[in-house]
Amino acid sequence: MEQKKHWQSFGELNQSEAYNKDVKDEFKEELPFVSEESASFLGTKAPRRDFLKYLGFSTAAAAVAASCEMPVKKAIPFANKPEDIVPGISKYYATTYVQDGDVVSVLAKVRDGRPIKIEGNDLSPLTKGGTSARVQASVLDLYDTARLRFPTIEGKEVTFEAIDKAVASSLSGPVVIVTSTITSPSTKEAISQFLAKYPGSRHVTYDAISYSGILLANEATYGKKAIPSYHFENAKAIVSIGADFLGTWLSPIEFAKQYATGKKLDEKNPEMSKHIHFESVASLTGSNADEKYLHRPSETGAVVAALLSAVNGQGAAGISDAKLKAGIEKAAKMLAANKGAALVVAGSNDVNVQIAVNAINEAIGAGGKTIDWSATSNIRQGVDADFAKLVEDMNAGSVGSLFIHGANPAYSWFDADKFKAALKKVKTTVSFNSKLDETAELCKFVIPDHNYLESWGDAEATTGHYSFLQPTIYPLFKTRQWQDSLLKWAGNPSDYLAFLKTFWSAKLGGESGWNKALQDGVLNPSAGTLASASFNSSAVANAVTALGSGKKGGKIELVLYEKIGIGAGQGAANPWLQELPDPVTRATWDNYVIVSPALAKTLLDIDLNNGGQADSYEVNPPKKVVKVTVNGKSVELPALIIPGTHPDTIAIAVGYGRSEKLGKSVVGTGKNAFPFATLSGASVSFVNTDVTIVSTGEKYPVALTQTHSRYDTEQGNRTEVMKELTLAAYKENPTEIRDEREAELKPYGGLEKFESQGTIYPVYDRPGIKWGMSVDLNTCTGCAACVVACNAENNVSVVGKPEVLRGHEMHWLRIDRYFSGDMDNPNVVFQPLMCQHCDNAPCENVCPVAATNHSSEGLNQMTYNRCIGTRYCANNCPYKVRRFNWADYTGADSFPNNQEGIVNDVVLDMNDDLTRMVLNPDVTVRSRGVIEKCSFCVQRLQEAKLKAKKESRPMVDSDLKVACQQACPTNAINFGNANDKQSSISKTRKENPNRQFYVLEQLHVLPNVTYMAKVRNADEAHEAGKEKKGAEKKEEKKEHA
Amino acid sequence: MISFRRLAKTCLTGTILSLSLLLGTSANAQDGKTLFQTNCASCHAVNKKMTGPALAGVEDRWPDKTKLHAWIKNSAAFLKTGDAYANNLYNEYNKTAMNLFPNFTDKEIDAILGYIKTVPAPGTGPATAANPADAKGQEGDNTLLFGILTLILAVVALTLLQVNANLKKLADDREGHPSVEPVPFWKNKSYIALVTVILFVIGGYWTSVGAMGLGRSKDYQPEQPIYYSHKVHAGVNQINCQYCHVGVYQGKQATIPSVNICMNCHMAINEYKGEKIYNEEGQEVNATAEIKKLYKYAGFEEGKPWDASKAKPVEWARIHNLPDHVYFNHSQHVKAGQVACQTCHGEIQKMDEVKQFTDLSMGWCINCHRTTQVQFKDNGFYSIYEKYHQDLKSGKLDSTKGITVAKIGGTECQKCHY
Repeated sequence: MEQKKHWQSFGELNQSEAYNKDVKDEFKEELPFVSEESASFLGTKAPRRDFLKYLGFSTAAAAVAASCEMPVKKAIPFANKPEDIVPGISKYYATTYVQDGDVVSVLAKVRDGRPIKIEGNDLSPLTKGGTSARVQASVLDLYDTARLRFPTIEGKEVTFEAIDKAVASSLSGPVVIVTSTITSPSTKEAISQFLAKYPGSRHVTYDAISYSGILLANEATYGKKAIPSYHFENAKAIVSIGADFLGTWLSPIEFAKQYATGKKLDEKNPEMSKHIHFESVASLTGSNADEKYLHRPSETGAVVAALLSAVNGQGAAGISDAKLKAGIEKAAKMLAANKGAALVVAGSNDVNVQIAVNAINEAIGAGGKTIDWSATSNIRQGVDADFAKLVEDMNAGSVGSLFIHGANPAYSWFDADKFKAALKKVKTTVSFNSKLDETAELCKFVIPDHNYLESWGDAEATTGHYSFLQPTIYPLFKTRQWQDSLLKWAGNPSDYLAFLKTFWSAKLGGESGWNKALQDGVLNPSAGTLASASFNSSAVANAVTALGSGKKGGKIELVLYEKIGIGAGQGAANPWLQELPDPVTRATWDNYVIVSPALAKTLLDIDLNNGGQADSYEVNPPKKVVKVTVNGKSVELPALIIPGTHPDTIAIAVGYGRSEKLGKSVVGTGKNAFPFATLSGASVSFVNTDVTIVSTGEKYPVALTQTHSRYDTEQGNRTEVMKELTLAAYKENPTEIRDEREAELKPYGGLEKFESQGTIYPVYDRPGIKWGMSVDLNTCTGCAACVVACNAENNVSVVGKPEVLRGHEMHWLRIDRYFSGDMDNPNVVFQPLMCQHCDNAPCENVCPVAATNHSSEGLNQMTYNRCIGTRYCANNCPYKVRRFNWADYTGADSFPNNQEGIVNDVVLDMNDDLTRMVLNPDVTVRSRGVIEKCSFCVQRLQEAKLKAKKESRPMVDSDLKVACQQACPTNAINFGNANDKQSSISKTRKENPNRQFYVLEQLHVLPNVTYMAKVRNADEAHEAGKEKKGAEKKEEKKEHA
Repeated sequence: MISFRRLAKTCLTGTILSLSLLLGTSANAQDGKTLFQTNCASCHAVNKKMTGPALAGVEDRWPDKTKLHAWIKNSAAFLKTGDAYANNLYNEYNKTAMNLFPNFTDKEIDAILGYIKTVPAPGTGPATAANPADAKGQEGDNTLLFGILTLILAVVALTLLQVNANLKKLADDREGHPSVEPVPFWKNKSYIALVTVILFVIGGYWTSVGAMGLGRSKDYQPEQPIYYSHKVHAGVNQINCQYCHVGVYQGKQATIPSVNICMNCHMAINEYKGEKIYNEEGQEVNATAEIKKLYKYAGFEEGKPWDASKAKPVEWARIHNLPDHVYFNHSQHVKAGQVACQTCHGEIQKMDEVKQFTDLSMGWCINCHRTTQVQFKDNGFYSIYEKYHQDLKSGKLDSTKGITVAKIGGTECQKCHY
């Protein structure tokens, strides 16, 4: 096997022995009926006689069952039908996803009274209809079985009247209200009314992952303790120093949308923004960067200081690493060349770093261009010092009552033990959290809040941009909005709904204005001009000095980071998010220690360039466990080797190791890393510059999915799937990819005639509609919103960690991660891969019962009730996108309890009557023993066609968005009728002939999904070109063989 | 042995041929009748005025056959031509518009008219009668006749074979050939094999028919909590189906009316004054008492204002049950496809208590999709099928057959299963 340019795993890179053995088998475990050769046939697990016995019994049983009378079923209509509800028709209500500070305007799809899917709201100018994995998964939280179902006093159920009375009698001042960031103007008003009633009380904002550094830096340099809005779409040059703005930093959906506008390539005028990234640990944003440089976490200050001095024309001083130094100088040059169209962001929570970043942004003229001070972002307002002071006050006994909403410091505060001890000294503690989290557990009174889908409310993510919440379902449990409690205790006679209505009706011109705002879900300011703010440079010199004298890091440094799905722990109890493979590490269900390949060699004795060692690491799920110790605190976690991580840096994701009371999916998943954070100055630092790490010699299985879904046999060779080139190479030869395809297909008729000449079969007509999808790899950031959207739309099962370990995950859409280049700092490309709906599909030919076949509209149809589970199709699928139901994961069989002992508690919990309310009634719940796969959301296609038919007109693009397309924050996925010249899919394909390619086109399977090659805005044109030619040669060789 | 085999073969082929001929002819004779029943019977009877006139002698009444065809295909358009007879008819029947049947071919209309002619006038003696039920009976007799004939022939063949064997033995004895003792036919392996095969085929046939019938419930007519008569509502009082089944043009479910819809009328209508209603057992139904049952569900006391929030839903027994893995949408058929309710639900306006009219099997769905035309020219959605439109114009596609649901992919799996 020759070396390929792109590789998904180390085994593939090295072509190691175990890798090559592993990819020979479609399914990773032994088949159940294979017996040892020595054993007699009757000694096998299921001999022929047993089979016949079962066959006879089941036939007889079926006959007996059939002779029974059919049970009488009831059809129960409404008693009094609401006028606007028609059973079976979904309604979309505009509301707002609010979790801690995060605000996303969404539409909730409500079917027969229950929300089943969240979609982005196109009317919001911030998110423009984009969503994230967490937004998509949030609908499942509504039906979480671990939600608190009634108010409690010391754990005992009480009525609202009783708890109101008890709280009123035990309230003692001063009262402190601790919340995560509140963006709701009306809630703030309610809080201030309450505070006015209890003088001496105060409101403290606590963010688990705070942005204190930015807030305080802006206060120092701009005189405003606020975060400006960033405009990546105006930036031609972007430099990020550890800010994961496409994944977790501040407002990733908004930024991804903006970022993608700069990455969208017009083939006629190929210009793109350029993004240089500096980081210590591989992140989603770093993976998308055009160029990436690694540094130690302790060097962050030095890098920023060097960049500042380089931007000011004084060279990158104080950096010893030559590569890094060159990178900084390059970045500075790029920024200087794009003054007024450049932006620098940093993820550090260090005030001095952020002051220096502000100075750089001033120097490159970002204010008013890429940074807007006229509308500031409200989504993070917490300053860690305030909370630290509160903990001191509580310890000193000067806090009489403490209300907690949203915040969970008993878990996420770096010194949680101190907080817990302090909490004991507070007489009256009230938690409004909707689950019994680590903090609520310690509170005397618990009055659970509604889920956001049951709530009224408003939110102001960015000044002037309002978004509204309206209930989409009647509250499932005895819960109450926390604002109701506040108003009641403040002596306000109106409830929160009336309060909210009054609050807004006054501003919006009465009832009708309020109704309109609710219907739209958003209220947008008139488009203003971006504004800069006056910069006070007096703090800069001190900050730079402080950065220069920063502590040198120890041998190994630790970075704590958020995962896109789990966040600071908000997603930990959501099985969809737990089972979502992290885009960078491709791991599910756990957190772990990320180490670099270089560190793996010295610490774990794993040399990835040594085939055998790479294998034992990669092919087997158990990973070596390491012990990380800081200041006497230690944690033992498995180590994952991730290229693109600095050799002296390790990283652990926060958000894991939650209390078991939060639900089944947190049990046994990961360990809490928050205790490793430190308070430095006024902000919590998520970097620890001196840790010790030792290998414990033990092993722990991690459910990684990257090594699944591969196949490489003599019958089906694994060949280069990905196409990627640099912008320079593209400019030099725009048709490079097209030429490459042409050369490859030449023996079979070339590009034009490949369809007809590459086969002995006739070519079929596609009158009417032909569905097609196009995925732009340039704008796809790998954020995985589509994966979760697909789960929600198509009732895709959660299988649990033990099943993922066996390669049984059910995701219809996966995002493949490809590395290329240098092992220590590789380039990364993400590729969403779903069923390609091949027009000449290899799966269809091999099905013995024609359960999978082709539609006249180009769909590769899967008929579950016909499927007998031979899995021949999955075997013959070159893309490995077909999934087999090994167990009855969603409880589709009519036999009760037949999953117990087969699947774990998480899966059983997903079968609870409450959780099953999230299922989409338009999609069959698949049972055990059948294959399933992406259907192009056929239920949506049929709905769109029907809508057009009922209106007697041709179907148009706006009738239809498939789930992954709808969820995508960057519009990387395009879908529609390829026969319609006016559809956006036709236009996209026509306008991008040069970048377009089909995956494994040479097989003549004729996929209906086109990809547009990734173009990286890097300078190395020729190097990449050479490798391409190498790939061509390889293909030729194969043909001869 | 050879002669025996040949004989058996001939017998078998003969039987199969005659049986298939029998089935084939009976299918052809049904065309006009089926068309009449699926399309016309909801409003017309042959010998009785219903929503529309009795159709007996319709061809004699109309002055011109082409006019009649035009009227049937598109009555609204024909009215506009100002034809006197048509307009009189229209006025006579309270300006109730006749359904449009633009997809009918002339051939099909002739088949229907042909069928109408075969239906005898009421009162004519049973001797000359050929009403549908009797025709069916006769067909049954035919089958029996053929069966008996086949049986007799089989017995004759058997006897002849036996005789043949005996004669052969005699001849062998005479000529001095050593011969084996003849095996009695119940021990003859060939016979046993033949009988086994026949039993297997018959048993297999009944097993598969039985298996296919599992879960099907044609003619299911459960007892309902309230004796609700569709005949009184939709038939006698001519209430539009959509008035109660509000979802039928909008969504998947036609929806069973909620109590408040019933109460819209029944707040005022509190007793039944129409013709007597008899249930399946022939007992008279006290319809006024049934209305009182509704009041109980609604929580309504006569003479007092009704509080709708006190209503309790009526728990009807569900009649039509499609399996969960089937997607069926009423609006698709009724709105987009312009299919009459009666096509699938039978003459609902004549049923007191509703029963399941069809077996709702997949074969039944598919057959309809194969033969039913979509609104190809009238619905703008189908304008994208440019090739078919051209082919229809150029005659490449048979315009009498038109574009069926199957032609545009309506028999593909994922049209109903996803």
